[in-house]
Amino acid sequence: MSFFNKLKNRFIKNEEETETYKEGMKKTRQSFTDKINDLMARYRQVDEEFFEELEEALIMSDVGVSTVMDLIDELKFEVKRRNIKETNEVKDVISEKLVEIYYHDDDETVEHINIQENELTVILVVGVNGVGKTTSIGKLAAQLKKEGKHVVLAAGDTFRAGAIEQLEEWGKRAEVEVIKQSAGSDPAAVIFDGIKAAKSRNADILICDTAGRLQNKVNLMNELAKIHRIIEREVPNAPHEVLLVLDATTGQNALSQAKTFSDATKVSGIVLTKLDGTAKGGIVLAIRNELNIPVKLVGFGEGINDLKKFDAHAFVYGLFADMLEEDEDHQ
Amino acid sequence: MAFEGLSNRLQETIKKITGKGKVSEQDVKTMAREVRLALLEADVNFKVVRSFINDIKERAIGQEVMESLTPGQQVIKIVQEELTNLMGGEQSKIAVSDRPPTVIMMSGLQGAGKTTTTGKLANLLRKQYNKSPLLVACDIYRPAAIKQLQTLGKQLDMPVFEMGTDVSPVEISKKAIEYAKQEHHDYVLIDTAGRLHVDDTLMQELEDVKAEVKPDEIFLVVDAMTGQDAVNVAESFNEHLDITGVVLTKLDGDTRGGAALSIKAVTDTPIKFIGMGEKLDELEEFHPERMASRILGMGDVLTLIEKAQANIDEKQAKELEEKMRTMSFTFDDFLEQMSQVKQMGPLEDLLAMIPGANKMKGMKNVQFDEKQLISVEAIIQSMTKAERQDPSLMNASRKKRIAKGSGTNVSQVNRLLKQFNEMKKMMKQMTNMQKGKKGKGFQLPFM
Repeated sequence: MSFFNKLKNRFIKNEEETETYKEGMKKTRQSFTDKINDLMARYRQVDEEFFEELEEALIMSDVGVSTVMDLIDELKFEVKRRNIKETNEVKDVISEKLVEIYYHDDDETVEHINIQENELTVILVVGVNGVGKTTSIGKLAAQLKKEGKHVVLAAGDTFRAGAIEQLEEWGKRAEVEVIKQSAGSDPAAVIFDGIKAAKSRNADILICDTAGRLQNKVNLMNELAKIHRIIEREVPNAPHEVLLVLDATTGQNALSQAKTFSDATKVSGIVLTKLDGTAKGGIVLAIRNELNIPVKLVGFGEGINDLKKFDAHAFVYGLFADMLEEDEDHQ
Repeated sequence: MAFEGLSNRLQETIKKITGKGKVSEQDVKTMAREVRLALLEADVNFKVVRSFINDIKERAIGQEVMESLTPGQQVIKIVQEELTNLMGGEQSKIAVSDRPPTVIMMSGLQGAGKTTTTGKLANLLRKQYNKSPLLVACDIYRPAAIKQLQTLGKQLDMPVFEMGTDVSPVEISKKAIEYAKQEHHDYVLIDTAGRLHVDDTLMQELEDVKAEVKPDEIFLVVDAMTGQDAVNVAESFNEHLDITGVVLTKLDGDTRGGAALSIKAVTDTPIKFIGMGEKLDELEEFHPERMASRILGMGDVLTLIEKAQANIDEKQAKELEEKMRTMSFTFDDFLEQMSQVKQMGPLEDLLAMIPGANKMKGMKNVQFDEKQLISVEAIIQSMTKAERQDPSLMNASRKKRIAKGSGTNVSQVNRLLKQFNEMKKMMKQMTNMQKGKKGKGFQLPFM
């Protein structure tokens, strides 16, 4: 059985989920597959020039430069080992290697949101400006609420104009309570209040919003570390999740974001937003490869239901669906 | 500072080639590969990179370099010129309609910073051009977007026109312009909802607004951290709207900002403004040639001087100079100087504008903690008048008192005193140098 079929068989059982990824990542897939196919058409021989083109194609998908270099080196080695001469055969190896980066220490539980049974779960949400933190929180709250959880939100973005109102609006839509103070107040104090309120109301989950901050602002990152410390102090073993929200259109800077936010708050997972519009998904590869932080949630749109649990298998399937089907026809 | 990563990498490469008396074809090739990687790592679009590299190669191997006395430097000049070209050549000013109000429409993806930029732009128009802008809230989709613009309006003390979330943006903008005419506003800034460039319905809405109000400027607001996709976004917005300018936001982050280089190349519309921070006065006009020298680490003295002129009182500066010359510089003057420098903006940014500053030992990746400045201020403010005039009065008990008063410790006080003395020494040397210049002609060591 070819590698593609193996991959596909894993999905038959979960059609609906796979459809979402397929639909949402249409653009990602198209441009990526186009590029690879284009390459195949132009080069019959696997040579230095072919690899250089391939390198560029991968970089175009925002896969980090060093990840690409590693990948190309491995490919070259593999091509030599298997004595591959025709570009057609490389196709299989390329996807195999890409999937390997996703799976390497394969453990699917890392993609689940860590929710405690019978005690308060605290989720801290961080990220740079404008990536969609507040929106993602709204969607996540609505989902958890649907699952029957008692959710409380803490409006920790006291800086940006209109941020508190935005979270309140989402609170209304998701029918969950929002703990807030006035704009400009100390975010750590808001979070502290949120914890107290969540405890006294016997809530299952507290989701803490924070103001967007660029990762090179030392003082703002210190503020975030302080918020983290307060959560640690008030709830044992908390925060159970620190979610870094990343905009899928972001380029190489996403690596620096993941690194710096991890230093300040021990990021445990990534929420990849705006995947419905962008033509790239490469950033996830780079982050998994270089920092080993898993993606946990993916945003596909602006609707309240457009946040999906991340499923690496479905994601990879979405990326390669065209190739898979072509491969099938071929047989 | 934005572009830092990019400049560091380019400078490494350029250092290798600068001193060369002879530049071989191989040298140029090696440099071209390095420059290519540096640009790709900086998110510059790969098609743009390719043509850029070809241009450089062609010129660098050509006659103008080979015949030059300092070929290494000639190559760098070429890189700088090409970078400037890539970013749009000359600075591009904001439009003024001869029949006011001038209408400006903002557009962009979600989270690029449209609403914040609208507020900043209004502030800049009032401060630098003495205009009276009207803000128009047309983002009827995102929760609390109108509230956000209203809050900004309140902070700026500027009117915001809104009609809630049930009226179409076309209607709102039409009414807003009528209102602006009545109230004699000379600029109308229309904030629109963020949308994906592939969302045809919402793109159509923008086209409708455009057809209705016929804006003098349509700005595309782009996050400087955008990756390779920046080009697709810009191309597609440009197709629908014929944008007239680009505003790059979040350039104060550590992004290498390659998007700036690609967008102009692809859409052929100039970058007009750049967002350099979260505060409402942190929007600057974009100067391609200055940015090019900043990227290459040649510093941006022009901007530095402009900042100094805007914030430092000339008379005070003259007095200060006099004091330096006569060695009567005191802690009071030091305090004064510090507050003036602080007004000019974050220290990292200022430092990045000084030529060669990033090559100085120990200056790489310096992070200034503004809190440290506060403790320095506190120490000086805890000194008596006499102590500030004459630091030699200091003894152990005075130092203890100062440390207590400022909430610091004695070693911090000592450190400041030492720094102050060193600074004075340096000033003496500098003024001596100047004197020498007047007297018998100052000689640079390498001449």
